Amino acid sequence: MHVPDGFIDLPVSAATGAVAAVAVAVSLRGARRELGGGPGEGLGGERAAPLAGLVAAFIFAAQMLNFPVAAGTSGHLLGGALAAILVGPYTGVLCVSVVLLMQGVLFADGGLTALGVNITDMAVVAVPVAYVVFRGLVKMLPRGRGAVTAASFVAALVSVPAAAVAFTGLYALGGTTDVEIGKVFAAMVGVHVLIGIGEAVITALTVGAVMAVRPDLVYGARDLRAPLRLASATAGAPAPAGAPVPAGATAVPAARRQAQDNQDNKEASA
Amino acid sequence: MGVGHAHRLYRHGPSPVHRLPPHCKIAAVLCFVVVVVSTPREAVWAFGLYALLLAAAALAARVPARFLLGRLLIEVPFVAFAVLMPFVANGPYVDVLGLSLSEPGLWGAWNILAKGTLGVAASVLLAATTELRELLLGLQRLRMPPLLVQIASFMIRYGDVVGDEMRRMRIARASRGFEARGVRHWGVLAQSAGALFIRSYERGERVHLAMLSRGYAGTMPVIDEVMATRAQWSYAAALPAAALAVCVMGWTL
Repeated sequence: MHVPDGFIDLPVSAATGAVAAVAVAVSLRGARRELGGGPGEGLGGERAAPLAGLVAAFIFAAQMLNFPVAAGTSGHLLGGALAAILVGPYTGVLCVSVVLLMQGVLFADGGLTALGVNITDMAVVAVPVAYVVFRGLVKMLPRGRGAVTAASFVAALVSVPAAAVAFTGLYALGGTTDVEIGKVFAAMVGVHVLIGIGEAVITALTVGAVMAVRPDLVYGARDLRAPLRLASATAGAPAPAGAPVPAGATAVPAARRQAQDNQDNKEASA
Repeated sequence: MGVGHAHRLYRHGPSPVHRLPPHCKIAAVLCFVVVVVSTPREAVWAFGLYALLLAAAALAARVPARFLLGRLLIEVPFVAFAVLMPFVANGPYVDVLGLSLSEPGLWGAWNILAKGTLGVAASVLLAATTELRELLLGLQRLRMPPLLVQIASFMIRYGDVVGDEMRRMRIARASRGFEARGVRHWGVLAQSAGALFIRSYERGERVHLAMLSRGYAGTMPVIDEVMATRAQWSYAAALPAAALAVCVMGWTL
């Protein structure tokens, strides 16, 4: 749901623009930390641009992947929760914002004056909400891949209506048409709970798929990689695969990753 | 919202609008849209004048009307939303063709339709006359943070690559007899999305290493610095200035 021009009045659009600008500035700092690898690696901001750019390209492409629902209708992924879980909240906000910016400027999808509103709803609200819910659940639930999948399901389920609630709030402040706010709330949240269920199923399945192949790439579950840590700390020998690594294209990078992890763990334990 | 965005919105041409520096054009379109949005909706004629101004700009840019109108279709979901407005809004009701419709709702629908359409048309015109790379350079000239510009340019540059990767995965699925028909097939599609993420991220790592080996240290060198002359600025300002005049008239009349 990209808000067009003329939907929200100018003062509120300008205010949300300021909110979005501040959030993007904060995320730019945070993303360097999230994408910069370990603190001792000496890699900083220069890793952020290619990685965040490719993740943004992924979100952009994933939004084109249509999931058939029933009777010829189909939905597509919004990707806010997915980005938060896979690459972290700051990078997630950044990537979703860039996608929205490019959709507004290049494809006229969402108005230019409504850019602040769109970024505030779908990036600044949805992504952190998803991440907080996800982290809270991962901490509470027993460790394991099932917990990660369940947590991503709930995180995505909550994030979409949260964006709708944020939009309703903005509409109450600066909507250009006099519609009872209760009606807007009911319509927006009702529709978006349905969308959220689809989003939740797809997000959970996607995170599950990534967890099965490259668990180290799931930012939100980084601290769950305990087995690798223990195995490498004993002898410094190559760690046994902590997760099933399928043969083929991903085997080499995964192995490289694990070697790197061993090194990190040695440094950490030293 | 909807299915895939049509690519290649850019239309090459030798018009003076194409030759304008990108940051002038971006600033002009942004000012134009702000002016349009701040116009009172009761001034119906003003929106007609705005449409004429945009048509004049399209003529100067030699963008055919059919191309422009075709791109406006992206707006269709909002049209559906705007049509609902007269049925759900409050206030005094008027009879239109036997239906009892809310008068503020009708104004609201008109407001969204008029301003939204003009906004989309202006953006389409900008995208049709400005190359992607130029657009990003223009944003950088307008003081968008360089890191953000870099992320956006990576997204644009690899958007097609990642999109093609997805297309190949779809062909691979189809050639194995897979056809997504309903919710039961979401698992397979989500597997594809997961694989796409891993491939994208790993491509990002490889791109980063390749860039490091070519001396990348966090900033991209600017090769072709575009400076705008005063004449170019004033040429670009013609559209928002004319729109501003219309807007002032709309408030006073």
